[in-house]
Amino acid sequence: MWQRETFKKIKQIPREEHVMPGTALCAGCGGLEALRLAAKVLGDHVVYVNAAGCFTMLAAYPYSSFKGSWLYTTMGSAPAGAQGIRDALDVLIAKRRLPKSEDLKVIVLGGDGSTYDMALSATSGAMNRQLDFYYICYDNEAYGNTGMQLSPATPYAARTATSPCSLQHPAATMQEKKDIFEIWRAHRPPYIATVAPRYPLDLEEKFARAATFTGPKMFLALAACPTGWLYDPGATPEVAKLAVETGLWPLKEAVNGVVTHTYIPKRKPVEAYLRLQGRFRHLFEPTVQTDAIRHIQERVDAYWQQAAQEQA
Amino acid sequence: MDSQMMTGNLAAAWGARLADVDYIPAFPITPQTEIVEALAKWCERGEVAATFVSMDSEHSMMTAAGAAEVTGARVFTATSSQGLLHAFEVLYSISGWRAPLVLVNVSRALAAPITLESDHNDVLAARDAGFLQIHAETCQEVLDSILMAYRIAEDERVMLPVIVNLDGFTLSFTREPVSLPDPDMVRRFLPPFRPSHLGFAASSPHALGVAVIGGTSYAYFRHQMHLAAQNALEVHREAADSFHALFGRRYDLVEGYRLEDADDVLVMTNAGASKGKAAVDAARAQGKRGGLLRLRVIRPWPAEAIREALRDRRAVAVLDQNLAPGQGGILYQEVAACLYHEARRPRALCSFIGGLGGQNLSEGEFQAIFEQTAEAGVAGRGLGPVLLYSAEEHREMTHLQMVATGNA
Repeated sequence: MWQRETFKKIKQIPREEHVMPGTALCAGCGGLEALRLAAKVLGDHVVYVNAAGCFTMLAAYPYSSFKGSWLYTTMGSAPAGAQGIRDALDVLIAKRRLPKSEDLKVIVLGGDGSTYDMALSATSGAMNRQLDFYYICYDNEAYGNTGMQLSPATPYAARTATSPCSLQHPAATMQEKKDIFEIWRAHRPPYIATVAPRYPLDLEEKFARAATFTGPKMFLALAACPTGWLYDPGATPEVAKLAVETGLWPLKEAVNGVVTHTYIPKRKPVEAYLRLQGRFRHLFEPTVQTDAIRHIQERVDAYWQQAAQEQA
Repeated sequence: MDSQMMTGNLAAAWGARLADVDYIPAFPITPQTEIVEALAKWCERGEVAATFVSMDSEHSMMTAAGAAEVTGARVFTATSSQGLLHAFEVLYSISGWRAPLVLVNVSRALAAPITLESDHNDVLAARDAGFLQIHAETCQEVLDSILMAYRIAEDERVMLPVIVNLDGFTLSFTREPVSLPDPDMVRRFLPPFRPSHLGFAASSPHALGVAVIGGTSYAYFRHQMHLAAQNALEVHREAADSFHALFGRRYDLVEGYRLEDADDVLVMTNAGASKGKAAVDAARAQGKRGGLLRLRVIRPWPAEAIREALRDRRAVAVLDQNLAPGQGGILYQEVAACLYHEARRPRALCSFIGGLGGQNLSEGEFQAIFEQTAEAGVAGRGLGPVLLYSAEEHREMTHLQMVATGNA
């Protein structure tokens, strides 16, 4: 049974903020909330290596949202930027041109478009080289910064600007969400975790645990997205909670490849989650697409059945 | 110090070694690979105090190179052709970061059709990327230019990355005598890299490569890059003076060959210029006063030096080992542009395209170039672009086409 050791109560979460308010990101951004919580463990001695995506706007001249450092790279190579910075810090410290006290944690920030698609090769390379870095994917299940187009992270039946619902495809998106967790796990990094912003203790605990490992520390953060998923920004906590409680977004970790689910939801019907969001509205209006909803439910059920078997 | 026989690739590796680089991200590509193989071996043996890392692509390699440079390490890397193009967006990123690293490009023609041999469409595609460019003719110049490149790049007035270019095969795999500069003298020429305003560290957080909103900020930073590149003309002269004083070899922005009394001048770059110089000698043996201008620094564009060299000539021919389809020779256009406001400009400016993808440049073709250029000068009317293709090449190609269609 997985237990939190560092973060048992909400009061234990540090009050100090490391991601400053007043960013240009959308109100209710679940990805930003995940980053805000993560930064409470990561601190200020960090350099964020950003891939093109929504978070690009966190540092827009002449402002930055961070007390730490920031490098904007490209959509396809942020992990390679992390490699260059980590290696340079190591060589400068080894050559005594930089005191050890000046060292930084190197943290990649990438959306699901970068993570699942364009930067997959650069990420694979960084993991294969056992680069000592953090990777935080803020996953809002579409190319969000360009206005919600289909990405490999888009789940079945979500409507996006490039996978609309039509007579040919009444359920909209036909693909299943790519399993990036398992792709990462095949590389055997020391630590992988999924997190959701509505589960702050689970999130903080995972970042604290990750800090004990040298090598790639990979995080997949649910980025509930009012702008793209079409719900009121105030509903982000509820949407993020239901993503977990329906079982659609499993909270888990993999330590040296061994998977543990860190929270076992009672699994509410997926409908409760889908109904909250405009991107699934076509499943309920003008007629209820029973088959599509059942398909989503069956896949969640199958996932958790397999998880239970593996745990046993 | 005595000369050693070495290839252009090995000379490039020696340039990085003598520059005492800290970091070498690498990815193999023909005909560059020998450079990173040599450096990997030296790093492994501890003969070079640098971290060598095998990256997953040139796109990643250039990103790691730029990121390490802006962290405060002296960085070297090398690529070629498709690799340079694969890294293309990153070139623009890291020049915008003002990362003063050195990238060696071993020129190789671009696909399709895929080939391994040299022309300059790869490196010239990067001419607007914010990198400075030095194009070398000899193995010695490859090594020396890398040392000069670091000194110029890291100058506070410049702070831009530099590409040092050499021709694939014709220079990369050709052994020539190379004098290795004394490491202590190199340290005098090239002080250690201690940038005052670069480097990620806990006590000096900063944001780099950030978004800008609107053209006001964007234009400001882009103008800064242009002005810094312009500064490199003067910084190059200082570096050339210092290099000459220490090592006895002089490299200017452009190199003139038998220009003093030349009527007609051939303009070339890179190792092909050696053939051009031989053609000048041959023309002079026949009583024709030819000369050659080799463009060595392509970025910043040495407009004044080019005007100076081509003023009052009867005719000038630019022999481009590149082809911009639908336009012609890339360097021809740039030479023409900088001569427009020259009152005493040559009477004719001719454009020739040759040496594509390792295509031979024959003595006969050089002879024809000088003859046609002289005629153009007399007539006062330019020529071209002329696509050089010899009768022998035509015969060979006709035969290949027959084989391809099964009619041989």
